[in-house]
Amino acid sequence: MMRILLAALLLLAAVCRVQAQDTPMQAVLQDNADLMVKSSRQTIGPVIDAVVASGLPQVQDVLQAWQAKEMWQRKADGLFFHGEKLDAKTYRLTDFDSGLPVGEFAKGDLRQLKPNSGVRALIGVALVKFQLSDPDPTKRRDALVSLERDPNGAALEALRASIAGETDPALLARKQRLERLLTMGYDTDPAARIAAMEEMAGDTGLDVRATLNPILQARLQVFDGEIPEAMNVLSRLEPGSDTLPVTVAYDLLVEQSKAPALISHDDMRNILAENIDGGRVGGIPVAKLDTDPARRQAFATLVEQGLTEAATTEDEIESYLSDYIFAEVYAEPSRAVTDAAAMALESISTRVGIGQAVDLTLDALSLASIYFLAAIGLAITFGVMRVINMAHGEFIMMGAYTGYVVQQWVPNHTASIIVAIPLAFTVTFAAGVAMERLVIRWLYNRPLESLLATFGISIALQQLAKNIFGTQARPLTAPSWLDGAWVLNDVVAISYIRIAIFVLALFFLGVFLFIMRRTRLGLETRAVTQNPGMAASMGINPGRVNMLTFGLGSGIAGVAGVAIGLFAKVTSELGSDYIVQSFMTVVVGGVGNIWGALAGATMIGFMQKGIEWFNPSNTLAAQTFMIVFIIIFIQFRPRGIVALRGRAAGD
Amino acid sequence: MQRSFITRNPSVLIFLALLALFTLGVTVLSEAFGIGLISTSYVKVLGKTLCLALVAVAMDLVWGYCGILSLGHFAFFGLGGYMIGMWLMYERTRDIVVGALAEAPIPPTEQEIVDGIGTQIFGVVGSNEFPLIWSFADSLTLQLALVVVVPGTLALIFGWLAFRSRVNDVYLSILTQAMTLALALYLFQNDSGLRGNNGLSGLQNLPGVEQPQSHVSMWFLWASALALGLGYLLSAWIVAGKFGSVIRGIRDNEARVRFLGYSVETYKLTVFTLTACIAGIAGALYYPQAGIINPAEVAPITSIYLAAWVAIGGRGRLYGAVLGAVFVSLVSSWFTGGKAPDIPLGIYTVQWVDWWLVLLGLSFVAVTLFAPKGLGGLVDLWVERRSPNRHGADLGPDLGSLREKEASQ
Amino acid sequence: MSALLEISGVSVSFDGFRAINNLSFQIAEAELRAIIGPNGAGKTTFMDIVTGKTRPDEGRVVWGDRSMSLVGMSEAQIARVGIGRKFQKPTVFEDQTVADNLLLALRKPRGPLAVLLFRPTTADLDRVAELSTEIGLESALARKAGELSHGQKQWLEIGMLLAQEPRLLLVDEPAAGMTPEEREHTTSILVDAAKTRAVVVVEHDMEFVRRLNCRVTVLHEGAVLAEGSLDHVTRNADVIDVYLGR
Repeated sequence: MMRILLAALLLLAAVCRVQAQDTPMQAVLQDNADLMVKSSRQTIGPVIDAVVASGLPQVQDVLQAWQAKEMWQRKADGLFFHGEKLDAKTYRLTDFDSGLPVGEFAKGDLRQLKPNSGVRALIGVALVKFQLSDPDPTKRRDALVSLERDPNGAALEALRASIAGETDPALLARKQRLERLLTMGYDTDPAARIAAMEEMAGDTGLDVRATLNPILQARLQVFDGEIPEAMNVLSRLEPGSDTLPVTVAYDLLVEQSKAPALISHDDMRNILAENIDGGRVGGIPVAKLDTDPARRQAFATLVEQGLTEAATTEDEIESYLSDYIFAEVYAEPSRAVTDAAAMALESISTRVGIGQAVDLTLDALSLASIYFLAAIGLAITFGVMRVINMAHGEFIMMGAYTGYVVQQWVPNHTASIIVAIPLAFTVTFAAGVAMERLVIRWLYNRPLESLLATFGISIALQQLAKNIFGTQARPLTAPSWLDGAWVLNDVVAISYIRIAIFVLALFFLGVFLFIMRRTRLGLETRAVTQNPGMAASMGINPGRVNMLTFGLGSGIAGVAGVAIGLFAKVTSELGSDYIVQSFMTVVVGGVGNIWGALAGATMIGFMQKGIEWFNPSNTLAAQTFMIVFIIIFIQFRPRGIVALRGRAAGD
Repeated sequence: MQRSFITRNPSVLIFLALLALFTLGVTVLSEAFGIGLISTSYVKVLGKTLCLALVAVAMDLVWGYCGILSLGHFAFFGLGGYMIGMWLMYERTRDIVVGALAEAPIPPTEQEIVDGIGTQIFGVVGSNEFPLIWSFADSLTLQLALVVVVPGTLALIFGWLAFRSRVNDVYLSILTQAMTLALALYLFQNDSGLRGNNGLSGLQNLPGVEQPQSHVSMWFLWASALALGLGYLLSAWIVAGKFGSVIRGIRDNEARVRFLGYSVETYKLTVFTLTACIAGIAGALYYPQAGIINPAEVAPITSIYLAAWVAIGGRGRLYGAVLGAVFVSLVSSWFTGGKAPDIPLGIYTVQWVDWWLVLLGLSFVAVTLFAPKGLGGLVDLWVERRSPNRHGADLGPDLGSLREKEASQ
Repeated sequence: MSALLEISGVSVSFDGFRAINNLSFQIAEAELRAIIGPNGAGKTTFMDIVTGKTRPDEGRVVWGDRSMSLVGMSEAQIARVGIGRKFQKPTVFEDQTVADNLLLALRKPRGPLAVLLFRPTTADLDRVAELSTEIGLESALARKAGELSHGQKQWLEIGMLLAQEPRLLLVDEPAAGMTPEEREHTTSILVDAAKTRAVVVVEHDMEFVRRLNCRVTVLHEGAVLAEGSLDHVTRNADVIDVYLGR
């Protein structure tokens, strides 16, 4: 049975051979068969080139099959086919040249070509030029994406060729942009590259910068004599300058075997240790080798005795370095190209700078709205009522946990947030009223005592939250439509959550102004603030007004908690993270005035972001400096930015 | 009027006698020098408590007597700890490094030892260089001086800025709190030079001391008791004289003191700086007993706790501050140490480890509302002192002034 | 007669409101002067300016023989050059004894170190006793100031001012809330004090001013309206218009 099958196969193979002139692709593949089977990234290049160079219409099919691991070799005769899986053991083979099926074969008779990912990537590059003109727009887009991700000059011609026939306007725009980028990076004609650079100067896209930066990469090189004219030199460096420390320069010489290695401190010690002879090294007792001069002396003796080689001294380093010229040299040989790239990059970086400033402003604005939201309640309780509420942070925390609990019951995130905001307001309003009635009202005009009492409430509430919800962070998930960011360009982007918080802050500013200016409660509050005795004699109940005002301030803290919980983790310490900043906001802004809180929040938000901009890696340092700055600021405006003056200030 | 200081202030003598008695008692009951009824770790707890009492005395001086509710004195306390911690850690590591390098065939140079210490200490924050602030870490004398100088200088600069611009009352409290937060955040950074949030550790080991911890802990207890005694005596002497009169005047009625021709700012600055130095000394004695210091110790909340201790003890009387600090910290360690019995409520068992802070927080509220004199009020009951009846009015117009119920006749 | 205190062309405004408007005023050594004026005339602001609590927007405040400018000095410095001030409400240190209050006010070095090391001498204690007799509180020396009656607190405050030994005494409504007998005593204390130093009394009560029997300055809207004996100013048409006529 086996024999018959084998005979049949041999016969078939013979037939195929005979047809060699009609199967040009198979011929190409057969020429490279060994390299194809044992493919590696290093060796596969010529094979792919050969396949592509055949210029046959089948090239795309072959490469696609190869890349998709669908190319099989028939063990009997070594021919390559496109294999299609029928079931676990059987494959149907199709001939590349004719496109006709050649039959079904058992898996055991076939060998699958398994190109590794590096090889597949190279095949992909070769494929791109076919795919760029593929009738299927999805394939064209995929090809573009892969080329954008891994740009190379080889595809440039194919890309240009494909532009003329492109029908999809979006794809056309992308192709044209990519064409410019590839021209900048890989065109053989410097003039074309420079033209492309001038055209793209001022484009803030990351891809433009990613194309330009490698062109401007320079490498430190050492020259024995003058630098050859042909070299595109960025700058000549003097060893010992800031840009080229002596050690770096010398290491480079050592690396290139142009100077002997320095004997390091450790090396010297080891050499000395190896040469201990009867408790002495070079005549010096070991116990005395605890200073550098003694060690040098012992080492010198060893050198004299020929036991070790002399070490390079400081003077010698100097003379070695003076023999050579150090320069940073561009890999790109054309001066004109590097100049144009540098200019383009400079004009881009100006624009990027502007963009970053805008981005920073937006960032600062959103931080300011968070501080404003956190502080607005405090501005009411501290500013209007002169009560320091250390538990304010815990009201924020209560709001955030309310949001979390609501999400346990209402799975729809949008609905749960809509429920959570008024509920959080209600919960913290009630808590605030209860606290005012039970504690605060006994301590009016005693702000230091109320500070301590509310601190007590604060630690009790915090521990209570720990006992109920545990110490791990709880998620408060934002609705999906708040995910993502509003992207203006590669530099400026702002997340929707922050925009929502900004809107929320504006909303509460409006609500507060409305309550204070247009409602009876606002009128009464202002009256009680300015003159409690008089207000009481006008029939206003100061107790009731204080209670409601305190409740209002606490309620807004609860809503702020929901907002903060959306982007920060909800823990029992959520509130204490914001409390000091909130106090600073109120104090810096000026007490007793909503505009003061707004000004304070804006100033602190902008200042923190501004300091972070100088030292972006270190937010802790930014906060430290900000607080120090605020302490100094208070020197000049002890009553805050928006301050009351004269008798009304109560001094 | 011309009687001696002690006879005018018998409470000082009583306090010092009780402190001496306490120290003697602990010595007799200790493992190292007595019958071994008190474990070494509890000796450390008691020693630390004495240090807390000392910083509470400082807090009482600045808040209870001068009316400045500083929320930064624990920062000064922590700074003192850091200063002594630097020396302890440096010398201790030096011993280890010298020991390790002694094995090497060639004896180490001075620079190699210092480099070795640097690698040991700063390895955790990915560095091996000594920052500038460690310049004096090898000198005990200089670091001991820094224990006082660093908190003192910080208090002097901060106080000068704050008092000069007449920042008062709650604003001042918030500003001191901000200062504390800034310091804590700074120390939390890895490149602050003080090992970031790892802090300094191994401080319980005295370099060059062979004796076991049971002895060392007793030495520290004695030192703490001595410091508390001296600090108390100094504070009592200050507040008993005309200086005390002035600062109490500032507390109750700053404007009047000013129009009498006293430079209120200078007095506040003096008290603020002096108490910061006392706090630094207390911290320098505390942290070798605790063994470790990290930036969390400096966080603003600890300073608020300090104020709360003084409030619970009763502000405006030095023994009140001591009572408050000792009572709260001992009770606190009793509850959080799991020694307090759980309370089964049928469906829920109250475990004090979880509920102690709730109880503590509520007792702060209760004390401020119902017992402004705090624990010190109990002493008043005993010696039958009355509160003045001013029909609910405070003793001065300033926000820091004594409340009617806090004062005694 | 050289002026002890000379104010010229002083103006100050709060949020656009001119509390003091180009005020000029002089007082000589050992002179008793009463300042009257309706509410909002600027009497208290005038005191604030002299004592350094409020800084004038413009104008000069010149003190003493050496023509020292008081503008820009702190309250404490001004108090030390010899200007004492008594507030409208009695402000004494209620938590401290009468003797402590007086000791605090005694003319002594005010620096922290000097105060820290201060121990009262017999002379100091004698002086305190003497002052307490002067203000009628000799039996209350050991009592806390908070326990005193309203009038006694006023006297104690005046006693503290006298202990300061100022060359100029500014007294804001000393007789408010006093019984007739207490007023009489207050009058005699002030008249006695004015024998050796300048005393400026701000007062509403005409009866009290009449008993002081001194030169009177009438303030109105932050400026001097009239000056002279009480009879003189009460006959002034402007004064009758703004103050007495109503």
